[in-house]
Amino acid sequence: MKARTWSRHIRESFKSLARNGWMTFASVSAVTVTLLLVGVFTALMLNMNKAATDIENDVEMNVYIELEATNEEIASLEQQINELSGVESVSYSTKEEELSGLIDDFGDEMSLFEQNNPLRNKFVVQAVDPRQTERIATQIDSFDYIYAVEYGEDKIEQLFSVLEISRNVGAVLIFGLLFTAMFLISNTIKITIVARRREIEIMKLVGASNWFVRIPFIFEGIWLGIIGSIIPITLVSILYYNVYEFMSPRLEGSFIQILEFSPFIYQINALILLMGVVIGVWGSFMSVRKFLRV
Amino acid sequence: MIQMKEVYKRYPNGIMAANNFDIHIKPGEFVYVVGPSGAGKSTFIKMMYREEKPTKGNILINGVDITNLKASRVPYLRRNIGVVFQDFKLLSRLTVYENIAFALEVIEEHPKSIKKRVMEVLDLVGLKHKARMMPDELSGGEQQRISIARSIVNTPKVVIADEPTGNLDPETSWEIMNLFEEINTRGTTIVMATHNREIVNTIRHRVIAIENGLIVRDEARGEYGYES
Repeated sequence: MKARTWSRHIRESFKSLARNGWMTFASVSAVTVTLLLVGVFTALMLNMNKAATDIENDVEMNVYIELEATNEEIASLEQQINELSGVESVSYSTKEEELSGLIDDFGDEMSLFEQNNPLRNKFVVQAVDPRQTERIATQIDSFDYIYAVEYGEDKIEQLFSVLEISRNVGAVLIFGLLFTAMFLISNTIKITIVARRREIEIMKLVGASNWFVRIPFIFEGIWLGIIGSIIPITLVSILYYNVYEFMSPRLEGSFIQILEFSPFIYQINALILLMGVVIGVWGSFMSVRKFLRV
Repeated sequence: MIQMKEVYKRYPNGIMAANNFDIHIKPGEFVYVVGPSGAGKSTFIKMMYREEKPTKGNILINGVDITNLKASRVPYLRRNIGVVFQDFKLLSRLTVYENIAFALEVIEEHPKSIKKRVMEVLDLVGLKHKARMMPDELSGGEQQRISIARSIVNTPKVVIADEPTGNLDPETSWEIMNLFEEINTRGTTIVMATHNREIVNTIRHRVIAIENGLIVRDEARGEYGYES
């Protein structure tokens, strides 16, 4: 197709937007509402996901070592743990270090124990994938000179299943919303096309190819998507900015963090725009299809 | 030019609209297709520009078999055939000029030659001065002339007309017929389905009569042959 034909198609698509004022308004509103919902939901989901990952990454195992283990044995134990598949990091902490940590946390009464330290030397082990924690713990437990492996088993299992469910529910909701939006848009575009059915028929009768008929409608879908994403992008940005300003000082120091405003807002806005365009194009494509068989 | 070889057309409701059509139309001919309503005239016409497909048999246009033409090639067939309808089929949101130019935009003609060519055909149909008007502002006869101008703007070898005077008063009908005559004398083949007895009996041409899906008559300088 020649360049001037493309510019004709683009011109046609704008003309048609203007001519079908109310239908344009209806489609844009449908896109706006959906994208706003999708935007807010996605922001929420991604932050929840971030929180979940933060929590998951914070899961560590405390591996306590038998008192009689010698330094060489401890070193070889460390090597053994490191060689296990799925282990991200192993750090060694002596019982003296542990005790001084306790003294720092609970005060000088703890220094009574300096005479006779009841603590054990330990490894702090982190798994690459936190869901592997249980397996790795069992494996470590079978090594020699291991006194105990602790990682808060029940709580973690529960946390994981809650996170898993909430993630799935969020994904289903977003898909549902997108689907509804596509349906709404393809319906509104279909109505504008029914009104132009005769026009399409005439175009085909004078020898217009399917693409010649289709492309202006596709451009129209693109514009509908872009126009429809303006309000969602603005609102989601303002909203997230405020939430970020409010939340991030309050979360300071905790291991859960809200996603940084700067890269995140661009990503989510790009996503909103892209989704707007995709549903616009898909909507027009689906609705023209039916009328091309002349 | 146009050849139908043992063409049959049966519609899903069982009606036989074409029962062994076997005809040959030579270049430059002017052919009337006559017959009672529902006899198969429209099917005859529609099969030529592939709005309908025959159930059996072959149709050749310019030696090309269009029976099994792929859907994607149909637009190219239509660019070589001008079609004129009873209801004009003009795009109501475009001006007269744009309506005619559209047939050339579709084939990605250069804008300069589009302008030249559109003005030529507007001159031929005598409506150059109404180029900027909208179809709704024109009379029926004028609208039909615009639709004829559109059908010949890309210089097709064949113009197919389905009841082109069906919606027009007698006087206007004669004007339209004169236009078709003019186009025919320039060498374009014309196939016209019509109900207009007076025209067929006055401007004598080949007549193909269809009744109940059968060709009952095919005469070189025929008559209408029905009470109208």
